[in-house]
Amino acid sequence: MSVPIVLHFHEVSFSYPHLTVLEDVSFHVHEGEFIALVGPNGSGKTTLLKLILGLEQPKSGTIELLGQNPSKARVQIGYVPQHASYDPSFPISVLEVVKMGMVEARGRQPKERLREMALEALGQVELAALAERPYSDLSGGQRRRVLVARALASKPGLLILDEPVANMDKESEVRLYATLGKLKGNTTILIVTHDMRMVSSLTDRVFCIDAHKEGKVGRTVVQHMLQDVEGDGSKRVLHDIEIPADQCQYPREADNE
Amino acid sequence: MSELLSFFEALFSPDFPFVRNAFFAGVLSSVLFGVLGSVVTVKRIAGLAGAISHAVLGGIGISLYLSATGKVPNLSPMVGAIVFALLSALIIGTVSLKSKQREDTVIQAIWAIGMSIGVLFMAKTPGYTDPSSYLFGNILLISTQDLVLLLVLDIIVILLAWYFYPQIEATSFDEEFSQVRGIPTRLVFLVILAITAVAVVLLQTFVGIVMVIAMLTLPAGTAGFGARNLVSLMIGSTLFALLFSFAGLAAGWMLDLPVGAMVVVIAGAFFLGRSAGHLVRMRRST
Repeated sequence: MSVPIVLHFHEVSFSYPHLTVLEDVSFHVHEGEFIALVGPNGSGKTTLLKLILGLEQPKSGTIELLGQNPSKARVQIGYVPQHASYDPSFPISVLEVVKMGMVEARGRQPKERLREMALEALGQVELAALAERPYSDLSGGQRRRVLVARALASKPGLLILDEPVANMDKESEVRLYATLGKLKGNTTILIVTHDMRMVSSLTDRVFCIDAHKEGKVGRTVVQHMLQDVEGDGSKRVLHDIEIPADQCQYPREADNE
Repeated sequence: MSELLSFFEALFSPDFPFVRNAFFAGVLSSVLFGVLGSVVTVKRIAGLAGAISHAVLGGIGISLYLSATGKVPNLSPMVGAIVFALLSALIIGTVSLKSKQREDTVIQAIWAIGMSIGVLFMAKTPGYTDPSSYLFGNILLISTQDLVLLLVLDIIVILLAWYFYPQIEATSFDEEFSQVRGIPTRLVFLVILAITAVAVVLLQTFVGIVMVIAMLTLPAGTAGFGARNLVSLMIGSTLFALLFSFAGLAAGWMLDLPVGAMVVVIAGAFFLGRSAGHLVRMRRST
């Protein structure tokens, strides 16, 4: 069975003036996979994320998101940003934040449909009871799950979470991963994080931005093996075992290519 | 009490059309202050609006000079004001988008340079020109034609705010997410800045520069303590702006004091009072 590819980087390079960030990056993500993209701070994670979201264009190479250029297909991404610059005095309810997930470039959609879909997405993260509460009344962990609901509201083809458990207590982290566990298989999920050692046990494959290829200046992406850690709900990243980034466990797909 | 009665008599008397015009100007500008002020507050661009409204003085000074010296006869100060407002909005907007770390310096520079150009040209303008009349304005000098202009701007701003409400709300709350959803966030920002600039010019010729910037921030700041969402903030701010304008007009009339400054003092007192009340409540709940 051939599993469709959701995201495909092919020999991508990117540089800012005077700074080469990424070079020769190739990897792909299949539909339904749960992927972790890890890298230390300053390694180019944010740049890679911007390339996927179509907010930056590669210098060379190609990126295909759901079979299209990312700047065209990005509306099909459910994006959960860190939202670090959040203003607690912004007057808005939880339901209104989630409705924002379906906002379009112009115009507006029918009210009833928006409400229905927003409540459904809030149900998926088990926060439907808080729909009418002010967003600023929620705890940090609850707010992050509301942002996940906002991303899910538009029924995305790919869910991307940027540092989802940063500054989060253990209980909120467990709840968030429980939500993601329910989504796994139905939604393709990509988590971007700076923790190089451990990833969630839900993770199918891990990509690391931590190495330069020989003779190159910019960093590249490599794939590492994962090892289950008993009873911890996490997997260890085995940095000493490297797999070519473009290789995956779908051999028929590879044969067809 | 008799002064208050005399104010209401003046308001309804056909002998004092300027009091009635000032009242209607208060009503019409309250809508602008409420809607635009809410957007300015949630987008946190009050500093930008402050710089634009003060830089406008440069355009006014140049227009007065060109007109009085006969170089460009009958040039209205509003023309220079609009040119300066849009120009400063464009410069500040571009710097804010391209080089965030310089934004603060550029805002202060535009603010100070604009005002200074105004004072210099006014000094060289034949006859007596008082910059402070442009800083505080005189709401009692408003004509019926001015009221029509205000009404037109009210309608345009309400229609734009209604039509683009989801996009304005989303870009103010989370710009990065809005960009991914395909909203042209930079364009939205520049359009908001340009409309604020034009509104500032119209409003400041009626009520003065200081009152414009006070009324763009204080009613929204006061209403912000109880607002549930952006639309309720807009309605609440409009009602507070209306209350402050009316109270300022009445107090100014009764005490024979400048109305513009009176409105600002009343609005400021309300805002500080509500802020203090909010702080006390927060302390008690923790």
